[in-house]
Amino acid sequence: MASSTTADHGVHGAPSGLRRFLFSTNHKDIGTLYIIVGAIGGIVAYLLSLAIRIELANPGVQIFPGLAQILHGADPAMAFDAGKNLYNMFITVHGVVMIFFMAMPILIGGFGNWFVPIMIGSPDMAFPRLNNISFWLLVAALILAVLSMFVDGAPGMKGFAGGWTFYPPLSSNTGSPGPAMDFVILSLHLAGASSILGAINFMTTIFNMRAPGMTLHRMPLFVWSMLVTAFLLILVLPVLAGCVTMLLTDRNFGTSFYDPAGGGDPLLFQHLLWFFGHPEVYIIILPAFGVVSHVISTFSRKPIFGYLGMVYAMVSIGVIGSVVWAHHMYTVGMSLNAQRYFVFATMVIAVPTGVKIFSWIATMWGGSISFRTPMVWAIGFIFLFTMGGVTGVVLANASADRQFHEGYYVVAHFHYTLSLGAVFGIFAGFYYWFPKMTGYMYSETLGKLNFWLMFVGVNVVFFPQHFLGLAGQPRRYIDYPDAYTLWNKVSSFGMIFVSLGVIVWLYVIIEAFAKKRAAGDNPWGVGATTLEWTLSSPPPFHQFNTLPRITGSGHM
Amino acid sequence: MLTGNRSQIRRAALAAIAFFPALFAAGIAAAEINGAPTPGGIGLPEMATPVGAEAQFFYNSVLLPIISFIALFVLGLLIYVCWRFNEQANPVPSKVTHHTGLEIVWTLIPVLILVVISVPSFRLLAHQVEIPEASLTVKVTGNQWYWTWAYPEDQGGGFKFDQIMKPESEINVAAGDLRLLTVDNEAVVPVNEVVRVQLTSTDVIHAFGVAAFGVRMDAIPGRLNQTWFKVEKEGVYYGQCYFICGKDHAYMPIVVRAVSRPDYEKWLADAKKKFAANDNGDLRVAAAAH
Repeated sequence: MASSTTADHGVHGAPSGLRRFLFSTNHKDIGTLYIIVGAIGGIVAYLLSLAIRIELANPGVQIFPGLAQILHGADPAMAFDAGKNLYNMFITVHGVVMIFFMAMPILIGGFGNWFVPIMIGSPDMAFPRLNNISFWLLVAALILAVLSMFVDGAPGMKGFAGGWTFYPPLSSNTGSPGPAMDFVILSLHLAGASSILGAINFMTTIFNMRAPGMTLHRMPLFVWSMLVTAFLLILVLPVLAGCVTMLLTDRNFGTSFYDPAGGGDPLLFQHLLWFFGHPEVYIIILPAFGVVSHVISTFSRKPIFGYLGMVYAMVSIGVIGSVVWAHHMYTVGMSLNAQRYFVFATMVIAVPTGVKIFSWIATMWGGSISFRTPMVWAIGFIFLFTMGGVTGVVLANASADRQFHEGYYVVAHFHYTLSLGAVFGIFAGFYYWFPKMTGYMYSETLGKLNFWLMFVGVNVVFFPQHFLGLAGQPRRYIDYPDAYTLWNKVSSFGMIFVSLGVIVWLYVIIEAFAKKRAAGDNPWGVGATTLEWTLSSPPPFHQFNTLPRITGSGHM
Repeated sequence: MLTGNRSQIRRAALAAIAFFPALFAAGIAAAEINGAPTPGGIGLPEMATPVGAEAQFFYNSVLLPIISFIALFVLGLLIYVCWRFNEQANPVPSKVTHHTGLEIVWTLIPVLILVVISVPSFRLLAHQVEIPEASLTVKVTGNQWYWTWAYPEDQGGGFKFDQIMKPESEINVAAGDLRLLTVDNEAVVPVNEVVRVQLTSTDVIHAFGVAAFGVRMDAIPGRLNQTWFKVEKEGVYYGQCYFICGKDHAYMPIVVRAVSRPDYEKWLADAKKKFAANDNGDLRVAAAAH
């Protein structure tokens, strides 16, 4: 059946309407809420990137002065300046929203909440009410971030426009005296709190609420990925909190943590930010790794090759990923030995990552592969994430990074690992679990169309950016010397396919809800071996009132 | 020649002398472009410094082949696996989930590849960071939104000047101006000599980068950073700001002209007069030996 309100509820009955979603203590409902917020964030950040690529399609400044007049009512005489600021604000908000309001909500808040309890045989998360506050804190954070765009930032300008990494002095009163940056800081406080509470919830749930027989070494790999992610979140978000709080006090209470005139150091900010920022990218990608493991295994009809290797690769990536942060800082004037250390440590991460790539391929090897939509996204992920990974090996070398730092080669690298890595993982998870979450089967034709449009689109957008980086184009630039025109044009052209892909994806959802094809408990067959496939689609409001017993020695 | 009369010799001498400025002008005109990005370029620029050339070798001959091989290898494996093990070709999946030997190999071989990469990597890194004995030190200061160049008095300078982008309305394409790159005052350095560049900022973080030199270093307020280059080819070289610094981040280019030592000294003397009116208070001494 397609209803999830039929489980027994004792005396009070299942909640409905506003009460169900405003005061939810149900991991599935909260997961759904997170996915909706993530989808909205993703569409907003996509629209920002569309404006960015439209502007960059041709040398010169075309649309941003006009946009500034429309959005902020900028004075026509100031429009050019306001337009330049607005561009920098767009790239800033694009980054902040994609990271904090798209990738993390969907992967961690969405898929994590939905499937970690089910996969370990638990009725819900350890702290169901804490789960709810995590979600609503994120909504409040998003509201603050959006508000920041409409208040003063740099002198005479609106919004904060210093990049998602918001280094002082550009983000302190020197560069951005207006309140916009304070709104961003408060937004990050709330988003950080949301994630810290969520991580505590996941860690407690995974350690304490596994069903009898579900030892740690029998847990599905998605659950392992969420466990490592939870550790990273708890480790690094408090550091971000300290970092942004010091910026807040520098801006408002007369401290000078980052102000050299008062004895402080802008580099302190960078170390603190990247101590958070580097593990953050692993926080984003590890759940995607988990999803890909499940999808590859299901559609190869084979258990994952080298399960323990996969587990400890994720743990190593998490651990080593916490001690490599200054590879984002190779050009600050760091000593030779410090650079040498960070080069060495960063290169080491390539080894466990390679183990994962080869293990996925080895899982497919000898399997019986069906190319359903989730699988094509996962296969695309393996190749494209590898491409992003190898340019990461290039950038890990400080001596090479000297040529690429803050240029388009870096932009190409992280978009390959994110837009072609994490996002492909998100789509794989979306298609894999959509039938389970909604009870409806999506259209395979439309799903494949979505995949191919996005695949072509993001490759056309981001591959030429390697050329631009090699040729020297700096990043975060509204305009570029004419010599960079060709590849900018090609890159922007790719947005046509990306846009069509986004539209088709929205239609996939509309069409599935309209046609109401019943998906059944397990549309994927014998390859789907984790516990969610033993439940109805969608699952009952409360599952596992009687705990399942896990027998046999197998794992996912 | 040896038997020619004096006027013939004088004419020949004048022609010979006139030849060199023409050659010089032609050489500079030809070199005018080599420090600017190549239209539609897909690779690293032609490098004008030994560090830059070493970086170019490291990327083009070590890193790029290795990463291309790895990416194509993974792609090849994926294509093979999809073709050989799709459900029609292989209806019964195997149950193999372990192979210790394979797992060891695919751990060790990446380690070896990384070791191979690290040798030229660390060598180049030391060359970039360790500054050789410099014959010229300049201090470059980032501002919102232009660079200030200072030449120390004890090295024939004692002046500073701002290097401001030529606005688009004043760009003269026929004269070789480049939109967003050409500036009002070029910074001139002697060719084939080590130039130490000291960097700081008066306001927010900027970054000094000249692609054809293989140089990129942040300019941070309250901090003095150092880097170096040794230009081996005369010419005009363009750079840009490589750290987001506000609304005109894209509008503060760098131009360095490398000339022979005699031409450099001539420029130095002219510049000292031209920029004498600037506030040049504390430019007496180049930084002491590092």
